[in-house]
Amino acid sequence: MTKVSTSGAVVALEHVSKRYGPTGSPPAVSDLSLTILAGEVCVLVGPSGCGKTTTMKMINRLIEPTSGRITIDGVDVMRQPAVELRRRIGYVIQQVGLFPHLTVAENVAVVPRLLRWPEERVRKRVDELLELVGLDPAGYQSRYPAALSGGERQRVGVARALAADPPVMLMDEPFGAVDPILRDRLQNEFLRLQAKVRKTVVFVTHDVDEAIKMADRIAILQRGGILAQYDTPDQILAHPASEFVDRFVGADRGLKRLSLARVRDLPLLQPVLVRPGEEPAEIRRRLESPEALGFALLVDDENRPIGWIGHAELAGEGPITADAVMPVATLLQPESTLRDALSELLLSSVQLGVVVDEDGMVLGAISVDQISDTLRAAAGKGHGAT
Amino acid sequence: MEFFGEVWTWYTDPANWSGNDGLPVRLWEHVSLSVVSLLAGLAIALPVGLYIGHTGRGARMVVAVSNIGRAVPSLGWLGIAYPISTGLFQRGGIGFLPAFIGLVALAIPPVVTNTYTGLQEVDSDLREAGRGMGMRELQLLARVEVPVALPVILAGIRVSAVAVVATAPLAALVGGGTLGAYILQGLELSDEVRVFAAAVLVALLAILTELGFAWIQRSAVSPGLSRLDDAPMTDASRVARPGELGSP
Amino acid sequence: MIEGQPFFRFDWLVDNLDQLARRLGEHVLVTFIAVTVGFVISFALALLIRRYPRVYGPVLAVSGILYAIPSIALFVLFIPITGLSLLTAEIALVSYTLVILVRNIVTGLRGVPPDVIEAAKGMGYTDTQRLWRVELPIALPIIVAGVRIATVTTIGLVTIATLIGMGGLGYLIVNIGVTRRFPTATITGVVVVVLLSTVVELLLLAIQRRLTPWAKAREA
Repeated sequence: MTKVSTSGAVVALEHVSKRYGPTGSPPAVSDLSLTILAGEVCVLVGPSGCGKTTTMKMINRLIEPTSGRITIDGVDVMRQPAVELRRRIGYVIQQVGLFPHLTVAENVAVVPRLLRWPEERVRKRVDELLELVGLDPAGYQSRYPAALSGGERQRVGVARALAADPPVMLMDEPFGAVDPILRDRLQNEFLRLQAKVRKTVVFVTHDVDEAIKMADRIAILQRGGILAQYDTPDQILAHPASEFVDRFVGADRGLKRLSLARVRDLPLLQPVLVRPGEEPAEIRRRLESPEALGFALLVDDENRPIGWIGHAELAGEGPITADAVMPVATLLQPESTLRDALSELLLSSVQLGVVVDEDGMVLGAISVDQISDTLRAAAGKGHGAT
Repeated sequence: MEFFGEVWTWYTDPANWSGNDGLPVRLWEHVSLSVVSLLAGLAIALPVGLYIGHTGRGARMVVAVSNIGRAVPSLGWLGIAYPISTGLFQRGGIGFLPAFIGLVALAIPPVVTNTYTGLQEVDSDLREAGRGMGMRELQLLARVEVPVALPVILAGIRVSAVAVVATAPLAALVGGGTLGAYILQGLELSDEVRVFAAAVLVALLAILTELGFAWIQRSAVSPGLSRLDDAPMTDASRVARPGELGSP
Repeated sequence: MIEGQPFFRFDWLVDNLDQLARRLGEHVLVTFIAVTVGFVISFALALLIRRYPRVYGPVLAVSGILYAIPSIALFVLFIPITGLSLLTAEIALVSYTLVILVRNIVTGLRGVPPDVIEAAKGMGYTDTQRLWRVELPIALPIIVAGVRIATVTTIGLVTIATLIGMGGLGYLIVNIGVTRRFPTATITGVVVVVLLSTVVELLLLAIQRRLTPWAKAREA
């Protein structure tokens, strides 16, 4: 993939406060100080009324702080006209806000055109970005938002925010309005994207699980914009700084820590791969080798998984066909958390999970045992997991 | 039927095509009066509508304007314009001027109401997205709000245009000529042929205007937006939809 | 304007209250006939459309054309057939009310939630019972709104009927006011028309609210 971005900027909040109404009224955000390192995803999370969205909106001055200073790479945001500032910050909201009267390409091109980029550059950039978010440019650029599905709209929204290659991205519950399955996919795709572009991202959510999954660092806010804890997800789960944080992250802290490890952190097992039409005798022979798992995996010509084959299925005489297999559970991706993997594995008839890449081709498998090992190791490190 | 034969004769009679009372003259009076009045009305109503629609101020005024606009019959505007015009300009206040004033007053309410409502109905998420991306207020208005509100705004202009073209014949009552002159003459002289012939022309003009603006609406609105539906008219203070104020 | 006279002459108004009352009466009568007849026909048409939905398309097309025809034209169009009479005026006025009411009644009926209709069927209502006891009551707000708008529109249109000799408040506006250059009459006529429209509108609005205590202001 061509290099499509610059890296992020440092965003620093110094004693920032926001008060609506006359002095003396309770503040929405109170004396918040926070430094977000370049290229990091910082998730602002907390119960409603904690000021997370207000804080985020003060960075691009959609809301003006009552006191305090916000700087981006050392430059005070109040120094520049708000409009110029916003053109250099990517902004994604929950309902996306795609302009219905513009095509997908025109939507993505909005900020570059506001910045008066030459048309040729704009066109190339639009194609680049659509590909980056997984939408075929030829197919999508002349479509209108009304003709897109929810997931497609979210993706176009992200592409639009990235268009002018801003060093900072603000995202306000961007995946809140879609169903959980789609949300999971979109989160994974975003993480993949972030690994490539490395922007500084300020991400707001009320969902602590989403925070744990997406963040390099989490800022937990209490009502009134008070910072309860600002640390990596692992540290927060292992050592919650207060009773509020402990309650907020939930009683299943240990399991949650499992959601910090990803499938890619584990060494993948390699099952015996089998194609339709192979002879059972041959397969049985291969399964006897010491590294083989108890089951073989039936795949198609492009190495996409069809199902598991055990000794019961091999008992027949004829060559193996696609109907004679045990179904695989939901396919896992390298970014899937171990916690999601564990749920899937518990449902699988073979206690093995298939891991595939972006195109659905088999990368390998993981087992329940591997996950239990990880759990044991995690319990050893921090305070007891319950 | 022989009546239609007579009507046809009237259309083709060369005498009716010459002189100050000829078809070309009356037609020109009708069209020019309509066009000028509509343009003047737009020149007033659009900026006002855009301003209050974008800023959201003046909702009560809009409701008041639209209510008056609907309650005062088109004839009423002309009727009131007449004494005002003659009062100000004496003899000069007959003919084109009162008709013009009345028609402009007629043209304003639908455009103001629709422009305001159309802009207000624009999803606030779009405004937030636009501002968040760094658009200035005017850019937001021009590139986002107006295009998205366009179906409703154009519907308002269409209603206005048809109302103006349809009311223009009444200008004859105040000395403004137009095709209405034939109708008045015909009524006075009991010349049914003349009345009918003129009425058909008036109807044709109005229908043409309606179709013309419908075409404009279709071509100007982005294909990404759904067209304005043929919704029934319900709450009186809301949007003027095509057909609500079609005729005086 | 006659020189030396004030703009508005209250004395004339006071002297001519009987004329005003008469014209107002004519106006109300013509309007009432138009809306009532128009409603009956629209209702029948709407029921027809309910049974045969494909009729709706052509009906809409025709009413679209009808509505684009300026009232002055529509009023005089039938003179060759029905002469300068009340009938001619009523034909035109009824046509306009049809345009508004058919669409409103049909959309009102179609706006009844499908699950409600389903439930009604399931409970054993016949088609006619369902229409009268379920669909029409629910559609009532929209229908009454349609009647409201049709009435106000008709009140405005009747002012033009004076041109074909039907009197009404238009008589004050045009025949006295404009023709004799007497602004008092014009202003009186217009003001009374506006008052009439407003009163009728508020009255019908109140009826609408009274008839449907369960409905909030419904939108199309």
